[in-house]
Amino acid sequence: MTTAAKVAGVLLLVVTATSLAAGLLSPVSYETQFRESPNAPPCRQFPLGTDELGRDRLARLLYGSRVSLLLAPAAAGLSVALSALIGITAGYAGGWVERATMAAADLFVSLPWLFLLLTVRALLPLNVTPWASILITFLLLGVLSWAPGARVIRAGASALKRSEFALLARASGCPKPRLLWKHILPNLRPLMAAQFWIAIPVFILSEANLGMLGLGIAEPLPSWGGLLAELQDPGRVGGNPVLLAPAVLLTVFLSCLQFVFSKEDQ
Amino acid sequence: MVFARRISILFVTLLLAGLGGATLLRLAPGFSADERDLDSRLNAGSHEAFEAVRAGERNLGRFYLLYLSRLARGDLGTSRLFSRPVVELLRERLPLTMGTVLAGFAMAWTAGLALSAVSAMARNQALPFALGGFGSALLCVPSALMAVLFYRMDVPASAGVAAVIFPKVFFYSKRLFRASLAKPHVLTARAKGLGDVRVFIWHAVPPVAEELFSLAGVTLALGLSAAIPLEVILDLPGIGQLAWKAALGRDLSLLVSLTLLIGAFTLTANALADALAHATRGAGSNDDSR
Repeated sequence: MTTAAKVAGVLLLVVTATSLAAGLLSPVSYETQFRESPNAPPCRQFPLGTDELGRDRLARLLYGSRVSLLLAPAAAGLSVALSALIGITAGYAGGWVERATMAAADLFVSLPWLFLLLTVRALLPLNVTPWASILITFLLLGVLSWAPGARVIRAGASALKRSEFALLARASGCPKPRLLWKHILPNLRPLMAAQFWIAIPVFILSEANLGMLGLGIAEPLPSWGGLLAELQDPGRVGGNPVLLAPAVLLTVFLSCLQFVFSKEDQ
Repeated sequence: MVFARRISILFVTLLLAGLGGATLLRLAPGFSADERDLDSRLNAGSHEAFEAVRAGERNLGRFYLLYLSRLARGDLGTSRLFSRPVVELLRERLPLTMGTVLAGFAMAWTAGLALSAVSAMARNQALPFALGGFGSALLCVPSALMAVLFYRMDVPASAGVAAVIFPKVFFYSKRLFRASLAKPHVLTARAKGLGDVRVFIWHAVPPVAEELFSLAGVTLALGLSAAIPLEVILDLPGIGQLAWKAALGRDLSLLVSLTLLIGAFTLTANALADALAHATRGAGSNDDSR
């Protein structure tokens, strides 16, 4: 690992640790309103100022980072589990099961992701509690993004099924479930791990886009997407550059993530 | 034969997608609600007639057949939110989105292919590093945020679409070109004294044309997705903004029709890209690249 990748890795750890320790680092909650100081500029009490409801922007950024950074890996885990289940079933079964599954995967990959996300999100209630909105966002991202991973895992499972060690295991009388569990699945773990790490930045970006469009995690709970929604009125940014803080943090975090993992790939 | 197979797969996929769309509409909350029920001027007979029509639509199979027959006649239903036929809304808004997406698509592919070719052939690593950094930075910015930046810089929305597609084209084609340039037949061509540009165009590009055509279909879908936040933030009356308004207003009839239409468009584009990829396979099959 190069020095630059190490620095990126340390930055990732610092952002993650800071967001996890939001409760300790921030003296106020993300929903506490200082009604006498709405839209306050950065000062000693509020280093990033307050929003129009008088809520501390720094507290909201810390708590929002925690929500986004926990949500994305959880959604990625769900997505990979689903991809593995579908991909291994298709690759191992072969025949029409494989063809039908891959046709469905092609359909999912071809459809514009955000249109699909908006359609399914609109089907679900919009006026839900913040925690329910987290669950909905997390499930939507995880469930709707099974297709690319399933294609990759299907190809891996199909190749492993035809491999010499699988043939030997079958010839030795190894039952199918044992072959899958003890021989195929462990060999697919690196592929699944790669899919997991690829999905995390995708989900962080998707949550940010959904949040900016007002269809992500519900207020008063903050998330990176929700905080970025303040930028919907681009005219406000010129007078208050602090509004860009969540955008800068998101971009730096994703750059570091990409830097660490692209270097690792090499 | 291959093309006919692709068309039939496309047709079946669209039928299945239509079934999915009809199911979503049928299961949506408030599906059987009708504001005419509240109209006290209508007599009991009228209410019974409306109820009889709705009862027929409650059966999913029958509802799907009705939905398909309406689709075949070009009737995509009426938007509850805008109280206007969906076809009319699409006719007004589709040209703007398609123009934006296709312009962005063309910009991204032109820049992506040119810069990836330069990066793949460069002997000095400074330029590939800088271009890679630029592409990586674009990958880290949500398209909604990009729209805000472009609004500040007074840049057209098509540049936003291009910014979303460009990194995918650039990184993927650079990897393909690099692998292609390292093949033995390319080394032989170089050893025989062929110029860099000639080697690239005639020996490095044809073997990877198939993969590039496949990527083209996928990036079109990506561009259409990027149009939603761009049109919302930049207040452009395209179908991206329409989809957002439909989602906020829970106008499922409009949203499902939009998704189906966009899905049909991207699936057709993908089928065309695959057909082109298949046609170019012959060009690359006479070397040892596969």
